[in-house]
Amino acid sequence: MNTASAQANSTSSADAATKGAISIRNVTKIYDPDGVNVLAVEDCSIEIAPGEVCMIVGPSGCGKTTLLNAIAGFHSITSGQIDLDGEMLCGPGKPLADQGADRVVVFQNGALFPWKTLADNVAYGPIVQGTMTKAEAYGKAVDMLAEAGLSGVAGKYPGEVSSGMARRAEIVRALINDPKVLLLDEPYRAMDALTKSIMHESLLEVYDRTKVTIFFITHDLEEAIFLGDRVIVMTTRPARTKKIVDVKIERPRDYRLLSSEEFRVLVEETKGAVHEEAVKAFEAGERELA
Amino acid sequence: MAQATPNTQKSKSRIGKLVSNVTFWRGVVAILVFLALWEIGAQWKGWFGYMMPFVGKVAPPTDVIAIWMEVGQQPGYWLSWWLSSVRVFVGFLAAMIIGIPFGLAMAVNKYFRGIFFPPFEILRPIPPLAWVPASIIFWPTTEMSIMFITFLGAFYTIVINVLGGARSIDVQYLRAAQSMGASQWDLFYKIILPGTLPSIFVGAAVGMGITWEVVLAGEMMSGGGQQGGGGLGFFIWGSYMGGVMDQVIVGMISIGVAGYISSSLIRYLGHVCMPWRRMF
Amino acid sequence: MSDRDVATQGPSGLSLFLYKTKKSFGTPMPYLAFVGIGLWLFTYWLLNEQLKISPFNKIPGPAEVLTEWFSQDPIWGTSLFTEDYWQNIKASCLRILIAFSLATGLGVPLGLFMGWSKKFKDYTFPVLELLRPIPILAWVPLSIVMFQSFEAPILFLATLASFFVTTLNTMLGVQSIDESYFRAAGCLGSKRRHVFIHVVLPGSLPFVFTGLQISIGVAWFSLVAAEMISGEFGLGYMINASYMVNKYVTMVMAMLTLGFVGWITSAMVRAAGSQMMQWREKALGQGGA
Repeated sequence: MNTASAQANSTSSADAATKGAISIRNVTKIYDPDGVNVLAVEDCSIEIAPGEVCMIVGPSGCGKTTLLNAIAGFHSITSGQIDLDGEMLCGPGKPLADQGADRVVVFQNGALFPWKTLADNVAYGPIVQGTMTKAEAYGKAVDMLAEAGLSGVAGKYPGEVSSGMARRAEIVRALINDPKVLLLDEPYRAMDALTKSIMHESLLEVYDRTKVTIFFITHDLEEAIFLGDRVIVMTTRPARTKKIVDVKIERPRDYRLLSSEEFRVLVEETKGAVHEEAVKAFEAGERELA
Repeated sequence: MAQATPNTQKSKSRIGKLVSNVTFWRGVVAILVFLALWEIGAQWKGWFGYMMPFVGKVAPPTDVIAIWMEVGQQPGYWLSWWLSSVRVFVGFLAAMIIGIPFGLAMAVNKYFRGIFFPPFEILRPIPPLAWVPASIIFWPTTEMSIMFITFLGAFYTIVINVLGGARSIDVQYLRAAQSMGASQWDLFYKIILPGTLPSIFVGAAVGMGITWEVVLAGEMMSGGGQQGGGGLGFFIWGSYMGGVMDQVIVGMISIGVAGYISSSLIRYLGHVCMPWRRMF
Repeated sequence: MSDRDVATQGPSGLSLFLYKTKKSFGTPMPYLAFVGIGLWLFTYWLLNEQLKISPFNKIPGPAEVLTEWFSQDPIWGTSLFTEDYWQNIKASCLRILIAFSLATGLGVPLGLFMGWSKKFKDYTFPVLELLRPIPILAWVPLSIVMFQSFEAPILFLATLASFFVTTLNTMLGVQSIDESYFRAAGCLGSKRRHVFIHVVLPGSLPFVFTGLQISIGVAWFSLVAAEMISGEFGLGYMINASYMVNKYVTMVMAMLTLGFVGWITSAMVRAAGSQMMQWREKALGQGGA
């Protein structure tokens, strides 16, 4: 068993969040495409404290997205249990979690509705949930977009703005629902290094402001260490936790951290484990599931 | 491991899968319900005394099957199949032979496209059936005029698909080939032609559907004189004129089956010609 | 930021059209088109009216058709200035309007539900696939018997043809929507009806309009056939009736009119599509620049 010890978030400030504790216990997921069983996740256990930024690193197709899909309620799990703030999302007798606005996902390729303007996209959640009137929702959407530096493009369609702006708007669309957890599925995968670093800083800024629990999937180790409180390295399929690295670096962080000694040491420490799994995955010729 | 299982077992499990497949059984139920409603609607008058609107005038499926059994023994019915198939085949083949090079030439050469595309676009919106009288006047035999409109029906679709397909080929393939020293002929033969194949087959599949549609109209309108008569279209029209409505439905189903068989053939050819791509 | 806004605002409407037109005259394309159409008409005229080669001289030549078309006092009785010409156009257009509206009104909702609910598709799709291979023309006798009137069978045939196309394309449209939009809607707290209104409906629009483009072409196709076989008024009727009484000039006129009117209707559908999909227009405008 690979149980990551539950651990309080020591580095974030004292006003730490009280909601958004995820507990993943002994989760196993078996896919069954064409009658061939594929073990995607095996006996995986992770405890995430409220307000923690938990980074999941692993080679492509290792099953990390499967975990995220299980939490979000997109896919069922085969066995094990996942809790959010002590309440069972999915587990024995209920393999598929309900989808809900307390766990909002930011997708790999972006999933802003292309037929709605940025403001419409952001205001969408509160309106359909009925938590705000239309006027309130739009007011808040415009304010939050302005906070994210997007006031000039609130009336534009996602296809008209840069991918960086679209991704930022997508995070705003998630945050307006005041979620317990933000689930990010390799959101910056397709971006160039420069845009990516700007996106990182804006995400850090958002986190410092909201202290929302973040479950972030990536295959970029440096991104993981730069953003995270804890980095969990997964094995190649079936996914298990291979190595857990605590990132005890002060917040707020900025780009200068990238050239610091402690950052370099952490990367060195972890690189070996990630590389080993990447080689295994490459040799197995794994293609991504789902 | 699943990979180790031989082919025969795989196909056996496919049939097994079909039988245990919910979608398959729902389809069976849907079609049975449809047939039952048709039967009941058509028989309504005999059973309950008054006629159902619309459906009441249609022959019930049981009658259709009975008359099909009868008609199936007459050589005239099978001759209709043969005549229509020949017309479709000739018109379709002509459309492919003329349409593919024409479309490719327009795709490859800007000036050729500039000159020939506008007249093509002017004529294209005229439905092929509107050509029927003109083509009867123009061609010496009715047979040839039916084949001509059949050709026309498939021609537009094939040209448009070939043109679109050839123009959407990624320029990078061409550059890659050029950098490896390909000649103009190589570019055309090894990249543009295979790159256009998927669109050619899509165009052919759609064109085949139109061809059957058109051949039917030609046969119905030319009215089966000494020359250019017969065919499934005339079979339907003649049955209607003779007031044999169940035979009309036999003709409708026959032509549906014929169309289905020909598009399956094209699909199969597509599989054979394009091993790198499963299109349907 | 504000610079970007100004830059992306760009010209619109008429000025954009004028700009594009002006720009296109910088390329050889419009001149080539002119040459192409001229060459085609010239060949037609040469074979037909000048050299009088058989069988080309059996159908009327371009000069003859054009003079008749624009004549105040047409030899064969029909031109731009006679009432029955417009009456036939009106009859056909009205039928297309009714058939196309019916087919869209029935086909789009049906297709949306088929794409949205697997169960609904399982029960309806097989029946549709059973009927679809039967050519529309094969329905002619049956529809005459079923509807025993002049107008209804014609409308039925035109509607049936475009109904199949619209339904299938709409269904494909729903199935083509990226799974992540459904997931995004789900995790933002949407109920099923919200998903339908905010994801299924707008997401399938591009395919729906592709379908409607084909559908209106198919509607004309079968309308002409129906009008030729049984009908009073309409362009198809005009073609067939003038053929019967050897008014070949009128027949060619009707064919060309048919092509022109058909082209206009499909341009109208295209315009309606871009009007309803502003998001797509704008994104494409940026990407293609």
